[in-house]
Parts: sequence; C-alpha cells; structure tokens
Amino acid sequence: MRKFKEFIIEKLILLCGLASIFFVALIFLFLLKEGLAVFKTVGLFSFLGGKSWYPISEPPHLGILPLILGSLWVTLGAAIISVPIGVACAVYIAEISPGKIKEVLKAGIELLAAIPSVVLGFIGMVTLVPLVKSIFHLPTGLTALSGSIMLAFMAMPTIVSIAEDALYSVPKIYKEGALALGATHWQTIWRVILPAASKGILAAVMLGIGRVIGETMAVMMITGNAAVIPQSILVPVRTLTATIAAEMGEAVVGGEHYFALFAIGIILFVISFIINVTADLFLHKRQ
Amino acid sequence: MAKIVTRNLDLWYGNFKALKGVNSAFEPNKITAIIGPSGCGKSTLLRVFNRMNDLIEGVRMTGEVLVDGENILNGNTDLVILRKKVGMVFQRPNPFPLSVYENIIFGEKIHGSSATRHKRDDIVEESLKSVLLWDELKDKLDKSALSLSLEQKQRLCIARLIAVKSDVVLMDEPCSTLDPQATARVEELMRELKNRYTIIIVTHNMQQAARVSDDTGFMLLGELVEFGNTHEIFTAPKDKRTEDYITGRYG
Repeated sequence: MRKFKEFIIEKLILLCGLASIFFVALIFLFLLKEGLAVFKTVGLFSFLGGKSWYPISEPPHLGILPLILGSLWVTLGAAIISVPIGVACAVYIAEISPGKIKEVLKAGIELLAAIPSVVLGFIGMVTLVPLVKSIFHLPTGLTALSGSIMLAFMAMPTIVSIAEDALYSVPKIYKEGALALGATHWQTIWRVILPAASKGILAAVMLGIGRVIGETMAVMMITGNAAVIPQSILVPVRTLTATIAAEMGEAVVGGEHYFALFAIGIILFVISFIINVTADLFLHKRQ
Repeated sequence: MAKIVTRNLDLWYGNFKALKGVNSAFEPNKITAIIGPSGCGKSTLLRVFNRMNDLIEGVRMTGEVLVDGENILNGNTDLVILRKKVGMVFQRPNPFPLSVYENIIFGEKIHGSSATRHKRDDIVEESLKSVLLWDELKDKLDKSALSLSLEQKQRLCIARLIAVKSDVVLMDEPCSTLDPQATARVEELMRELKNRYTIIIVTHNMQQAARVSDDTGFMLLGELVEFGNTHEIFTAPKDKRTEDYITGRYG
C-alpha cells in the first residue's frame, strides 16, 4: 500500500514536470499550424525580406523586413544603453557598495522589475517622448530611440540581478590572490573578477535582450508604430511584437493577414528560443 | 637585521582580541614556521604582514610592525608597494582563471611596467624555472591555469610572486591540499627559495615545521608563547604550554 502511494505521488510529480514541456510543444504546434499557412501565398524569403507591410491592401503586401529591423533597432539601442549601465551597477552592488547601500540598491532593482510595462510605457510617453522630440528637433518623439531608452529600463533588472549573481559566485580566493599581489581594487575587478564572471555576465545580457525583444506594450506606446524600414533611430518604427498586438484584433480569422501574424509569432518564438538556449549554454558552461 | 619585526602587536576583530602583545622578529633568508592549534591567531598574524586583514570589517591593530624598518601600521603605508614586497601563498591554490602565462605576468601588468613581449617571456621563463615548472609547462603557457594539478597550481602561485620580485613570501598552510609527495617537493622548493627570500609559513602540521623551518613560533589563544630556533623549540621548549602542544597533549 505504501509503495503504491509512493508510486502515485511520483507519477503525479512527473506529470506536472512534463506538463510545462507539453504546453510549450502544444503552443509551438498551434503557432506552426496557423502560421505556416501564410507561406501558401507568400514565399519564405519574400516574407522575411519583403520591404513593405500592407496586410490589408489588395493584394496584401506581407513583407516583415521593416518589422524585423524595427525590433532590431530598438533592441540594439536598448542593449547599448542597458548593458554597460547594468553590468556596472552589478559590479557596484557585488563588489563595491557597503552593506546598507547594497540592500537599498537591490530593493530598488527589484522594484524596477515590478513596474508593469504599460506603466513604464505611459511614463515614457508623457516624459521621454517630448524630451526626445525637443532635443533632436524632431516632428515626433515617438521613435526607436525612445523605445530603446524605455526598454533599457526593463532589461536592466534582469541584467543586474543575473550579472550580480555571476560576480558574487566568483571564488573569493581569486580576489584575495589579486589583492595580495598588490593589485588595486579596480585592477582586481577588471582583470580577475570580470573575466572570471564573463560567462554569467553574457548570460545576463542574453536574458536581458530576450526580455527586450519580447516586450510589447511599452514599445507599442512609444515607438510610433510606423511599419517602414527605419533609416535611423530617430524615426518611428514598429516591432514584431507590437504588430501582432495592434493588428490581431482586426485581422479576419483564417485570412492571410491572420496567418501572417501567426508567422510573426513563430519568428519571435524562434528568436527567444535561440536567445534562451544561448544564455543557458553560457550559464552551464560556467559550472 | 630582521626583515619583519613586531612590537606589542594587538589585533581586534570587533570586540574579540585575536592577537595579544605579539613580539617577534623574522630573519631574512630563513624559513620561520608559525604553529599552534586552530583559532590561535597564526593566520591572523601572517595576514598582518601584508595587511590582508584590512579586508575584514572591524579590524583594529595597535603596536608596531616593521618591514625593513618601516612601520606598516601607520596610515601612510602604500598597500600596493607593501604587497608587492610581501607576497602571499594561500591555503587553496588560487591561480586566476587565465592562462599560465597571464597568471605569471599579472603582477607585471598591474604594476604598470611597460615590459616588452620579449622581456615578459623572459620573466615567465625565469619564474617558472625557479619553481621547477618550466619543463612541464613550457609548451602549455597558453593553457588555462585551472587545468593544472593542485601541486602545479601552488607552484604557479609561488612563481607569480617571484615574477613581481617579492622579498618576503608568506605561506598560509600551503601544502594542506597536497598529497605527501607533492608536499615534499614543495618543501624542497621552499628550502631552495630561502636563499633569496624571507619565508614565513603557517602550518598545522608540526612535523612540517620541524622539517622545513629554521625558526619556529608557537601561538596559543592569540599569544606568541614561544619563539626561537626550531631545533630548540622542538627538543627543549622553555614553556610548559609549548611542550604540551608539541608532545601532542592537545591541539
């Protein structure tokens, strides 16, 4: 009887464990089923490389290059802003800050992570967008740059907390060894601790970028939503995610537009998957 | 003249007094062992000499510690220069996660010398030869130091000090992770190095102190109970507590 109970419990736990994988597989299959249908009307290359996105014109133009570039610009911008600041912040928390400041900073970072993205987007819309507009004398402040800055704030908590973990897990004996050789604190950080934590920091960056690519709400509110190929970061862009969110409601179920949006979902899925797997590889190599 | 002298050295960790009025003198070109049971303050004493205790919060020291006649406890000691002169080998070998070459040249780089590649190659070769690692590692200079054996790692850590031209080598139980053969080889290396360095070794292992050292200090509960010639300490200790320890009554 006891054995039977153990058996049942074990199987139940196994089932729970498998459920997450099962759901991911189901979601992916569903995406494939709905998304692949678009390739009956448009080829893979003209879908990925097509320069115009007019899904409701007749016939529809279903090229998502402007959207891919939109996502790319915004993400790159966000990475350029958030990676140095985030890593520096992690170094400060892990290595330099005295006890009390460390606690305050960590709480602050957690709080930043807890702000709903729609709230960040809203704040960005009323503060950042006018600022960008007036600084660069633009006709509109709804630009890729505004999106990048806003998303940098969202990537920061991920980058800081994971990079800080990585820095923290560098064995103390490395630090002692460097200091005992007469290295200054900064030389120790730069030449020993950062290289020793590099894999974890790379993983932190990847996961931060993953967060940025998948972000929808804030980016939709402040990037201007123009599905054109961006020539600079000071023009409105539209990202992959924002396109799905904005257009799904009005796409006819079973129509080409509908299928195309699902195909964009596949692309996003694949991108996040690659990013997460890469981050995972870095994290596991570290151990 | 003694290389390192301590006078009435007291040290507190917060309210805990870890060193009590330590008076000692460490001679150049000799190996001095500091022995004593766990928690007696021997590592703490060792870490006074390169001010590594500064890393611990709430440390306070009074008295004098003279290195080459200069008090290193007064405020204007340059820790970079002090630690360059007084190097340390740790209990667990701690080469950096860099290549063998980069490990040895690390000191050269942080001390801002602009040595040419050629000169650096010479330093690496010379340092590795001093610790008898050159033949084993000359083809593996670009390999990660983490891939070496424990003994090789510990030797590499000693080579790192030789490369920055330290005068004093502090060793904090340097053989405690090594097997007996490796320990014997590292002890042999210490005997060779003492012609050029002042070596101070903290050890848990009394036999090691007896084998390798010229002078020995015995510590108990933060006090330096007895300090003198190793042979005398082990054969005719003056203090009852020393005798009890070396005869194995406690510890």
